[in-house]
Amino acid sequence: MSDQLLKVTIDNITVEVPNGTTILQAARKIGGDVTPPAMCFYTPLKGSGGKCRTCLVEVSKGSEKDPRPMPKLVASCRTTVMDGMEIKSITSQRVLDARAGVVEFLLLNHPLDCPICDQAGECHLQDLSYEHGKNGTRYEFQRRTFKKRDLGQYIQLHMTRCILCYRCVFTADQVSNKRVHGVLDRGDHAEIATYIEQNLNNDFIGNVIDVCPVGALTDKTFRFKNRVWFTKPMTAHRDCDKCCGEVTLWMRGDEVFRVTARKDEWGEIKTSEKTGNTGWICNDCRFDKKKASDWTIEGLAPIDRHSVIGQGKYKGLKKPEETIEKVLDGRKPRLLMNIHSVSEVNNPEIELSEINGPATSAVFKKNNHE
Amino acid sequence: MGRKLLLEKAHVEGIRYYDVYRREGGYRSVEKALKSMTPDEVTEEVKKSGLRGRGGAGFPTGMKWSFLAKPEGVPRYLVVNADESEPGTFKDRYLMEFIPHILIEGIITSSYALGANSAYIYIRGEYAWIPDILEQAIAEAKNNGWLGKNILGTGYNLEVYVQRGGGAYICGEETALIESLEGKRGNPRIKPPFPAVKGLWDCPTVVNNVETIAAVVPIINNGGDDYAKIGVGRSTGTKLMSACGNINKPGVYEIDMNISVEEFIFSDEYCGGIANGKRLKACIPGGSSVPILPANLLLKTAKGEQRMMHYEGLSDGGFATGSMMGSGGFIVLDEDQCIVKHTYTLARFYRHESCGQCSPCREGTGWMEKILWRLENGQGKLSDIDLLVDIQSKIEGNTICPLGDAAAWPVAAAIRHFRDEFEWHVNNPKECLQRNYGLAHYADPIHVPTPA
Repeated sequence: MSDQLLKVTIDNITVEVPNGTTILQAARKIGGDVTPPAMCFYTPLKGSGGKCRTCLVEVSKGSEKDPRPMPKLVASCRTTVMDGMEIKSITSQRVLDARAGVVEFLLLNHPLDCPICDQAGECHLQDLSYEHGKNGTRYEFQRRTFKKRDLGQYIQLHMTRCILCYRCVFTADQVSNKRVHGVLDRGDHAEIATYIEQNLNNDFIGNVIDVCPVGALTDKTFRFKNRVWFTKPMTAHRDCDKCCGEVTLWMRGDEVFRVTARKDEWGEIKTSEKTGNTGWICNDCRFDKKKASDWTIEGLAPIDRHSVIGQGKYKGLKKPEETIEKVLDGRKPRLLMNIHSVSEVNNPEIELSEINGPATSAVFKKNNHE
Repeated sequence: MGRKLLLEKAHVEGIRYYDVYRREGGYRSVEKALKSMTPDEVTEEVKKSGLRGRGGAGFPTGMKWSFLAKPEGVPRYLVVNADESEPGTFKDRYLMEFIPHILIEGIITSSYALGANSAYIYIRGEYAWIPDILEQAIAEAKNNGWLGKNILGTGYNLEVYVQRGGGAYICGEETALIESLEGKRGNPRIKPPFPAVKGLWDCPTVVNNVETIAAVVPIINNGGDDYAKIGVGRSTGTKLMSACGNINKPGVYEIDMNISVEEFIFSDEYCGGIANGKRLKACIPGGSSVPILPANLLLKTAKGEQRMMHYEGLSDGGFATGSMMGSGGFIVLDEDQCIVKHTYTLARFYRHESCGQCSPCREGTGWMEKILWRLENGQGKLSDIDLLVDIQSKIEGNTICPLGDAAAWPVAAAIRHFRDEFEWHVNNPKECLQRNYGLAHYADPIHVPTPA
């Protein structure tokens, strides 16, 4: 029984997954729009998930054996699938309403200081509000603020931006034996903090920056140095005696601006090719090795996420698969207007990463005449 | 005069102490259970009694016990939830303070049924003086051979520990309570797994309210069938109600679940009517989390029948025109009370007590509090009322634990039944600071449509 694949149907698309898979993982197998967003769940972190409530889905049929629907929306990241389960994600108005509600709640006290935030461009909250949020806010009160804190010499804590996903707490639990930071207080005044101003001293503590979905934990060696979308991600490695040494370098020309762990299309740290474990990287690799000569550069890193940094800027871009036809049971969405037929500056044949300098309308015009 | 099961001996001098309690027939249920019944028979008796959880949710206790996983070689635990923090509820406090031995007795019998060798009483931190009373009772019970090793020569061992909480409302939620008991931050766990499978220290655990455990004593003494005869339908037995607010005789009352709400409020045996000759405006019948009802819907259901004081009676009409039994914190409001202010006070409480783990509750409770503050102080807008309804609907059902629902329901119910009072606050921003809306039409008889 345990080796048998279970059939799950998410928004009319059926996949087969092994026993013990969560709804979210099954939906990620399908990909595209049906995959619920997840702000707090992080596959390599044991115990994470269930908190942000953005991944709520409706279970319209419990299983083949017990077809009763579940009365409440469930957190897909923490609910395992049953054989014959039917799930509604974007086909359920209840789910869409709840998701819009959660996005609004998450943005309620968020400063929306994206123009001065280092995370902008690769921020999950940005993506989430872009995809599921509303135009404006109905909140008319002063937003909650916290003081900025230094967590040691490398990490800046900007609690005002935090969405309390607890990922950094789980990370510290997992990479260190003695966690010295956590959540203090409760409710909307809860904060990530060290008890009394303490440095986070651990060779792997820099990974909390990578897991942070927003700009609450940022790399002090990179702060205000550059916009992420101006830097090119390169896959690189080095021999490191502490970690796997497999990283992504964020470069501009020959200059290394930032070093992060390698992430997959869901923003989660990949499994290391060398060790087979989660590819956490050490502080040395992350903060100190900032010369191109420190690294063996393998080539351009693919950007799979459809965020700002993936907007057709790099070669090797893997576009997410379109699922809308499958969701609509084979029907094609009605195309009201093809933008390419009326716009001069939107030409998919032009590879933006290959042009010299910034793209201007002239680039497109010249090509049209040829 | 209703039958008393829990508070029968409450006024006997010195009932707090073992000697008197034993003389009055205490610990009979332990003797009966341990000497003449198997654990399954005890559970069966509780099932027969129809006893429902007295903490608020009203889940059948016997069924909860039978869900407990019983893997070999893994200890099981009984945890008594004495973190009674719901505003308006103080029934457990009375039991523990004045008749602590009935709780200890219930714990022994229940632990025996569950096969638990350790039981914990997790008590609210603010009840600072009660742990001493309980610990004294435990010591007395132990000295007389009711606790410890080989109880009554049956080979059954049990230790009872008292653990003080740190003063958080959220720790009354069973999984948050377990986390706190383990020494961690009191955040509710994500379910499943349920405590019956993975509870305290990842072992099967049953968490029951103080009153529920105490009710096991009369059930075993008199038999489950006898207990089930009291009350109506699925609301069996007696229930402790802690009545407070604008009534002549606030206090803890034990009721048979077959009296009417009107009788409970106005009869001299119970609340003795509204204080100072005022008129009844509204009431929260089951602790602050349950929907508030205006006087007319409180005394009569939407069908025009007498509303009864039991689980089904109070929830008659669903959330549209009914409320809930909850934990039995009966809060009565007279005509001088302002519903908007009252709702604001509750919202402030839930905002303060939200654990901050999941986003709808963390952010939504704060938002609702701010809007209600604005309405209460005459700075609100008419659109705020609908905004509140929308916010609460986004919180309700979408959170990890029921605190989100508990924060959402009072706001929803207040607006559902008292919308004109909210609107009056918006339309009369100056006047609302000087006087209250008053009784208005909230006690008028409701129109019951009759078929032609």
